[in-house]
Amino acid sequence: MAKETKEKQLVVSVSPHVRDEESIAKIMWSVNFALFPALIASFYYFGPRAMIVTLLSIVSSIGFEYAYQKFVGKKTTINDGSAFLTGLLIGMNLPPQLPFYIPVMGSFVAVVLVKQLFGGLGYNIFNPALVGRAFLLVTWPKLMTTWKEPSAAFVGLDAKTTATPLGILKEEGISKLLEEFGTKNDLYISLLTGHRAGSLGETSAIFLIIGGLYLLYKRYITWHIPVSFVGSVAVIAWIFGGKGALFTGDPLIHLMSGGLMLGAFFMATDYVTCPSIRKGQIIFGIGCGALTMLIRLKGGFPEGVMFAILLMNCFAPLIDRGVKPKLFGEVKAVKK
Amino acid sequence: MAKADTFKRGVHPPESKGLTSGNSIKKVKLPKKVVIPLSQHIGAPAKAEVAIGDVVKKYQLIGSATGFVSAPVHASVSGRVVAIGDFLHPSGRMVSSVIIESDEKDEGLALNENPDFMGLTPDSIKSLISNAGIVGLGGAAFPTNVKLSPPKEKPVDVVIINGAECEPYLTADHRLMVEQPNDIVNGLKLIMKAVGVSKGYIGVEKNKPDAIEKMKKASEGEADIEVRPLTVKYPQGAEKMLIKAVTGREVPSKGGLPMDVGAVVHNVGTALAIYEAVRYGKPLIERVVTVTGKGVREPENLMARIGTLVSDLVEECGGLSDGAVKVISGGPMMGFAQWSLDVPVVKGTSGILILSEDEFTSNDEYFACIRCGRCIDACPMGLNPSMLSILSEKGFFEETKEYNLFDCFECGSCAFVCPSKRPIVQFVRLAKSQTKPG
Ligand code: SF4
Ligand code: SF4
Repeated sequence: MAKETKEKQLVVSVSPHVRDEESIAKIMWSVNFALFPALIASFYYFGPRAMIVTLLSIVSSIGFEYAYQKFVGKKTTINDGSAFLTGLLIGMNLPPQLPFYIPVMGSFVAVVLVKQLFGGLGYNIFNPALVGRAFLLVTWPKLMTTWKEPSAAFVGLDAKTTATPLGILKEEGISKLLEEFGTKNDLYISLLTGHRAGSLGETSAIFLIIGGLYLLYKRYITWHIPVSFVGSVAVIAWIFGGKGALFTGDPLIHLMSGGLMLGAFFMATDYVTCPSIRKGQIIFGIGCGALTMLIRLKGGFPEGVMFAILLMNCFAPLIDRGVKPKLFGEVKAVKK
Repeated sequence: MAKADTFKRGVHPPESKGLTSGNSIKKVKLPKKVVIPLSQHIGAPAKAEVAIGDVVKKYQLIGSATGFVSAPVHASVSGRVVAIGDFLHPSGRMVSSVIIESDEKDEGLALNENPDFMGLTPDSIKSLISNAGIVGLGGAAFPTNVKLSPPKEKPVDVVIINGAECEPYLTADHRLMVEQPNDIVNGLKLIMKAVGVSKGYIGVEKNKPDAIEKMKKASEGEADIEVRPLTVKYPQGAEKMLIKAVTGREVPSKGGLPMDVGAVVHNVGTALAIYEAVRYGKPLIERVVTVTGKGVREPENLMARIGTLVSDLVEECGGLSDGAVKVISGGPMMGFAQWSLDVPVVKGTSGILILSEDEFTSNDEYFACIRCGRCIDACPMGLNPSMLSILSEKGFFEETKEYNLFDCFECGSCAFVCPSKRPIVQFVRLAKSQTKPG
């Protein structure tokens, strides 16, 4: 009878029986999408070479994930967008004119060593893209810190080697920076739009902010990390960033330079490697900001976003243990 | 007064109430057979008072309470007892049940009416309620008389009628408020009298403006009764969240009870049953059940006799539609999935939800926790569901207690929002079954 066949098909599972529509894939692809404006800007500033570098890191990330999962007999997860995202972030964190094997090496380290060997998405302690980038930096320090001026042509032929704004600021000070960029306003506009040397995807502050706002709007990230990270960088830059006197620094230059916007919106907010409790995320963000500025102002490198986030990744589990959400009914509510 | 009218966190599942919210409560045709479990409540099962072959009348006692936390059960049709034995219960367990074959006459025992019901003493109100077998009709099915008898050291000062009905799809309480508001207000007055409280609230989510209006109208002139429109958010109708929204008080964690903050909460259906029991002497033998979901052809709010089989109700609603895949007793967030349509409606059955393929998300595949924190933002109790599920998954059951495992009331908000589709409630239940509170 019809009824019997029906009953055989009844699905029995634990409540809740409805779920909302978000999924890992939906979130990851949205993050990829949010990075696109800045990515396209990078093609505009750095030309086809930037395109090839990002494409290589994306394709190799997906390839390594697929190959590894095949090799150990796990179900492949390349459709969830996270390998794509790792590749995209690696690409966007590289100087545009690298030899082609370098992005591939970075993807290998990120996807295989940092992500999959720890158990795959959800189990890694460090942000895969950032470790990949850090590995490349220590292995090929020279190549990884040679910056080209923005030029839409095929990089390597006519683009001049230069330093990043943060490099100039650190070595030669603000006056040199203004010499290069013109007035202060010109400087701000160049930094905002991304017309400057740097990792190919980090330069266009405005498009990164637009992407970040989109993620905030979609509630895929919350304000806690970006605001506390960017806010603490601004405050520290203002207090300690000036030459000589306190409270004379220029926070705007620090906010729009280096990898801050890319880091604060897209990498420090990586779910797996940041604290999951919002209060803890504020601590995490402030830690990232403070370490970034420590490196920028006192350290050996002009830029510190990457190491700051990686260092704070270590503390994320600790922060999550220490900070608890407020339990309902924790304090005896009514005294009679 | 800037009262929040809600609680912190929570989720917004699609309400899906439009399928039945406009349908008046319809009487179901008399079932040929009813299966009445002797345990339809939290506490000790009732003891059978009839034997196979006995002829019974409607309202007749067929199982008596066995202790303070227990409730009697009554025949919901007239006819003959054809079997007493274990039968599938909506909770998924086999429960000793009395099966009555209807003689289709629907003959009832004579009932003792109390036209002057407000003149009764608190004790006689309570005994009428407990003899009528009334339990919480919102789903928890806790014997009502127990809640009406708080110990001396826990003075209660407010009674709240729960008309939040925050579970998606369900509209049984909504319809009752629209159709019988005066009886509900009378039920509330009886409860207030029984516990000796002078302040009564009726909390209703703002997505039921017609119910709010009717309840306000019905309680006009009652200075002690206030209708409180509440923010639409799941789980607004959970006892603790409702008390928080209405009074601002938080029931203490680690096993606190509403009476610890001076509150008693009863569902609108329960208030109605109380009124009918006290005023007309009517035992609890029927209730409103929302039969809904795209898996059923004509969703309805049905007044069903306790013990009616779900298959009869489905037939009443035009049968299953082709895409029906899941049958749930209760709402989609906290209800129980059923193996079969051969289960009875019990006192705690607020709805039968039949999901079709397109409403249904498979739970088969889930992924590692990506620590996105969405569940933490959702949990009305302020727990860390991510941690609870990870620890339980790995078998660290004792450790879950550090994360206040036993404060979880399994509302499902966390699992609802989880992008990894983790069965968090299942992990919580597993951990609860493997450790003890404390
Ligand atoms: S919502 Fe799911 S994936 Fe996100 S933290 Fe909670 S359990 Fe983990
Ligand atoms: S942990 Fe428990 S109380 Fe919190 S949202 Fe999940 S099911 Fe609800």
